[in-house]
Amino acid sequence: MSAITSFGEYWRYRELMYFLAWRDVKVRYKQATLGAAWAIIQPLFTMLTFTFFFGKLAGISSNGVPYPLFSFSGLVLWMYVSVTLGHAGNSLVNNSNLITKVYFPRLLLPASSAFGGLMDLAVSCVFLAAMMVHYQVQPSWAIMFAPLFVLEAVILVMGASMFLGAVNVKYRDVKYTIPFLIQIGLFVTPIIYPVSFIPERFRWLLNLNPLTGIIEGFRASLLGGTAIDWRLTAISWCLTLSVFALGYVYFRKTEETFADIV
Amino acid sequence: MNESIIVENLTKRYELGHLQQETYLRHQIVNMLKAPFRRRREKEILWALRDVSFKVNHGEVVGIIGRNGAGKSTLLKILSKITYPTSGNVRTRGRVASLLEVGTGFHEELTGRENVFLNGSILGMKKNEVAAKLDQIVSFAGVERFLDTPIKRYSSGMRLRLGFAVAAHLEPDILIVDEVLAVGDAGFQKKCISAMEDMRGGGRTVLFVSHNMAAVENLCNRGIWIDAGRVRMDGSTHEVLEAYMGSFADADGAARDLGSVESRRGSGEVRYTRVEFLSPDGSAQLVTRSGKPVVIRMHYRASERIPSPSLGFRLTTEMGTLITETSTSHHELYVPELPAGDGYVELEIESLNLIPGRYLLSLGLSGGASNHLYDLVDNAVHLDVEAASIYGSSRSFDSRVGIVFFPQRWRLDGVSCRSDRDSEAVVSGARR
Repeated sequence: MSAITSFGEYWRYRELMYFLAWRDVKVRYKQATLGAAWAIIQPLFTMLTFTFFFGKLAGISSNGVPYPLFSFSGLVLWMYVSVTLGHAGNSLVNNSNLITKVYFPRLLLPASSAFGGLMDLAVSCVFLAAMMVHYQVQPSWAIMFAPLFVLEAVILVMGASMFLGAVNVKYRDVKYTIPFLIQIGLFVTPIIYPVSFIPERFRWLLNLNPLTGIIEGFRASLLGGTAIDWRLTAISWCLTLSVFALGYVYFRKTEETFADIV
Repeated sequence: MNESIIVENLTKRYELGHLQQETYLRHQIVNMLKAPFRRRREKEILWALRDVSFKVNHGEVVGIIGRNGAGKSTLLKILSKITYPTSGNVRTRGRVASLLEVGTGFHEELTGRENVFLNGSILGMKKNEVAAKLDQIVSFAGVERFLDTPIKRYSSGMRLRLGFAVAAHLEPDILIVDEVLAVGDAGFQKKCISAMEDMRGGGRTVLFVSHNMAAVENLCNRGIWIDAGRVRMDGSTHEVLEAYMGSFADADGAARDLGSVESRRGSGEVRYTRVEFLSPDGSAQLVTRSGKPVVIRMHYRASERIPSPSLGFRLTTEMGTLITETSTSHHELYVPELPAGDGYVELEIESLNLIPGRYLLSLGLSGGASNHLYDLVDNAVHLDVEAASIYGSSRSFDSRVGIVFFPQRWRLDGVSCRSDRDSEAVVSGARR
């Protein structure tokens, strides 16, 4: 199947992707008693914890931005990435009843998870905006670049989900590694500390994590404090697109066997 | 060109090692470390389909039959693009909808309405298409009052009706249906069948897998019999069904030996030795179907001349309910004697009006003025009555509707009633 015809196929099934994403969001909000508030509570409490331990006790600097705002702005995007990844990585296995009974482009499953997560992100961004008002942080014109980093996060999450989801169909123990990867990710990404916290000679290592550029760029475009590092952004986009390409190729190569082994 | 499905040399191979258990990465890694250079052991291969080819013309309704594990479901899954063939290819023309399960993707937490949209979308309907048909779908399912209730509160019957209602309002060019009719109560089955007939009337191509032979016989104009992954027979529904059901009967099917039966009563001067089921033309009847004729031939062996005998038979259900008992003396037939040696008597039943199921036959032989009992074999053989169209309907009947049926006609105010299926087809035709 050529790339062109399959793109047409995805376009034809766009409504189903919307419905699958809508189902996930709806069910998530229905099951949790607090509903949409959950999207705020999770990063909020994480932020409060980090503010206490890192901001107050350890006294980590935050580029002149109030630490709660600094960490929350990183956490909203990080929560999107981690929750969606945990969800999307299992999206194929969890929907095995669909995969074995109906045809649709299998890519819709990780894709709908990635898009469904944007709902939570939107809710927590509203809260973030309220915090900015509270701390009287005025965004500059650079805020117009913020969507660029959100888009990058979506592409990265899609790529990783396609790969992990497809591997997870074949090897069922991969799902245990996802929470582990997420846990590590929180610390190897400058979410609760600024890049300047890391000694100069190790920084290149941090830059190999595509999330570094995403979080830094998102924060810089919203809060100012530092200018957007375009070199870092370029590196990060290259890495993100590579992850996406790898995930896509692996997914397309293995998707024909999903129904037989899922 | 008038073909709507072309299947060419379809082959599907499964590696059994993969199917039996979930594989784990850690096993793979451990194996790699233990014996890095050993070749992986040979996997057991299962050929689910081998070199299957056929063409289906536009508007044909084809019944796919075969035993469990013959490859029917694999074939349907390949035709619906759920799984891919190992080799060979399939070409279809027009929109394909496959219904391998009712209510695919239903979510417990969502309401009936939400699930209709979700399920419709999964089956390939557009959102506005579902919205336009929502009222019809809901009234077909009969769940109007519960439309905004989460389906976790639905009974299983309601869920089933809702699922089928969505599917019945798909308007595909090709419809692939797997064993959907096997579930649900009789009323639901009737609705499904009339919906299927409706679709047939609409010039759609339908592929239909069912174990309900009566439904296959009534709905389909062509049958394809899949056996061990190959097309064993492809022809008119009637021919294929006869051949298929005939294959069920083993060598034992049409005749049973009674010589070794121990539990029998009577003095034994004459014994039944064998029972055969024959067609009226005298050939062995491998399958006996509801409402069709059967000849029961009872062989006996007499060690001496038996004067004025009476030969009888009794038919009971598996539960032991007596259905009928007759004998030559019930008919006031005078049989002067049975000569010593081997012989047989035949009993011809013009139409065996039994609901499909298993029945038991007991044979008795007595004689003389004192009605002396020579031989009585209780439950000597069983007779499996297979489904056929009863009352000219597509419904399948079993012991829930009783034991026997009588050919009959209904009249309302002196006017014969039309077939329900005709009238529903008219109603739903007008609705569309």
